[in-house]
Amino acid sequence: MEQFFQQLTNGLAVGGIYALIALGYTMVYGVMKLINFAHGDLFTIGAYLGLTVLLSLGLTDHLGPLAGVLVLALMVMGLVAVVGVVLDRVAYKPLRSSPRLSAVVSALGASIFLQNTIMLIYGARFRVYPHDILPKMAVNVLGLDIPLMRIILFGTSLVLMLALYFFIQKTRLGTAIRAAAIDQGAAKLMGINVDRVIMLVFIIGPALGGAAGLMVGLYYGQVNFTMGWVYGLKAFTAAILGGIGNIPGAMVGGLLLGVIEALGAAYISVAWKDAIAFCVLILILIVRPTGLLGERVAEKV
Amino acid sequence: MKRSLALYIPLVAVMAVLPLFLDSYWTDVLNNVGLYAILALSLNIILGHAGLFHMGHAAFYAMGAYTTAILNTTYHVPVLWLMPVSGLVAAVFAMVVARPIIHLRGDYLLIVTIGIVEITRIALINNVFGITGGANGIFGISRPSVFGFTIRKPQEFYYLIWIFAGLTVFFFHRLAHSRFGRALNYIKEDEVAAEGNGVDTGHYKLVAFTLGAFWAGMVGTIYATKMTIIAPESFSFWESVVFFTIVILGGSGSIRGVILGAFLIIGLPEIFRQFATARMLVFGAAMVAMMVFRPQGLLPPLPRRYATKSLKDGEASL
Repeated sequence: MEQFFQQLTNGLAVGGIYALIALGYTMVYGVMKLINFAHGDLFTIGAYLGLTVLLSLGLTDHLGPLAGVLVLALMVMGLVAVVGVVLDRVAYKPLRSSPRLSAVVSALGASIFLQNTIMLIYGARFRVYPHDILPKMAVNVLGLDIPLMRIILFGTSLVLMLALYFFIQKTRLGTAIRAAAIDQGAAKLMGINVDRVIMLVFIIGPALGGAAGLMVGLYYGQVNFTMGWVYGLKAFTAAILGGIGNIPGAMVGGLLLGVIEALGAAYISVAWKDAIAFCVLILILIVRPTGLLGERVAEKV
Repeated sequence: MKRSLALYIPLVAVMAVLPLFLDSYWTDVLNNVGLYAILALSLNIILGHAGLFHMGHAAFYAMGAYTTAILNTTYHVPVLWLMPVSGLVAAVFAMVVARPIIHLRGDYLLIVTIGIVEITRIALINNVFGITGGANGIFGISRPSVFGFTIRKPQEFYYLIWIFAGLTVFFFHRLAHSRFGRALNYIKEDEVAAEGNGVDTGHYKLVAFTLGAFWAGMVGTIYATKMTIIAPESFSFWESVVFFTIVILGGSGSIRGVILGAFLIIGLPEIFRQFATARMLVFGAAMVAMMVFRPQGLLPPLPRRYATKSLKDGEASL
């Protein structure tokens, strides 16, 4: 039972990271109907930028661990958002009216480009985060020793997700995003600047992805230029699991996938951990292609 | 027919004598171009003709290569005999996995096929059934021999690969202009209309998928015997991306385009070997630039004429 709860909390912490990345996928897919394959690499960029800012500015030394990490996170989110907007301008904007396959190939090209840029700048080897930033102690919750790190991680992703949820549901800009996701043409007719909405999506999604990258760096302590691919695919799985284009779905899907994976690794096999996620993906698509929270819609003809 | 013959005979003649003037390294580059051209052509029937976004082709390629490796190293079956066997194994595997997913819409199919290739790779790494050799793969695959002559040098492989490539071009060219090929094109253009006109879309898509996998499985045999060692990392998702990119960049649905694509994507980067580190960076940027400036590919298929008369005159495009 002890092991079960340990794996559950671990799964929730990792699932929170998946959920943050999945939000970027789901928002882009919701508005543009495009799988942004380069999103995983934005996540990696977040992880590496976090490392650079951390080592060069020493924020945590001056501000203390918690405030330092908070400032660090905001800086990383801002920087990755800039990369996201540039990515959209260069690789996707010229293709708005092209066949969808062109955009997919462009996304793959962008992914290869970003991945290799990171490799050229930072080298191909694993880079290590300073290990003493966040306290390593465990907290006793209901008789269970849970590493504080997991709680911080889960809490942070929960706060970010809730902030996004209220932004999308309650603000005018959020309404514009939802409208553009339903029907871009109609949204334009109602006076919504769809180009602006897409830019906004490419600010929020990458910012959350970058935050997730920083969190992975802090949680696991090491980063690699190829890690964005695996995380990206899993996050995409999470987005589909919850119903792609659906923001609460991405959150639920991310957490669920994290838990399924952690329990699968513990009770089935660690070596098959990655395969479990993909099996979930295939099963969901066969049984319920619209995901857990997605509505059943008739195919447009 | 006459004009195309005048064009192809010199081309074939040049291809036939080329290895005499090239060293082993460049011959081997051409061998790789040939292998990727065949693989991309086999994907072209799925992606270019049937319009199915299939990014898991490396899984079927791997199936073929591993079938050959296992049967050859354990039971010592001559490799060339294993070509159809490997193709069949890949095809059966493709049929089983494709059956439940073939109806999925574009992007969803794309992502499921990515899942399939990743699961296959993980299964190979985990030494499934104890026969795949785990992360190290399988080594000691024997060389192919034709009428008692054993093929070893790149110059000798060149002929094996490019003769097979020629047969592949002929086969897929005929196929594209058959009833089956036309049905696939209808499906790609407008699936609903095709269905409405009595084309059994599900059936045709499945056959195209299986056929492409069969061909990829056969290429797997050649790859295994050329390398004599195979490992899971050679069949990752990125390999699928390369096939996919060759088809799209060359011109989806066009045989000439796909072959040109294989030359550009596999052959051209070899010239820039000394800039190895920046090579992939340029590759990615080129993919984006290509889609932005010429999304239909370098040599898209010429507009097709469906009237039987013009087909008889041989005016139909390759």
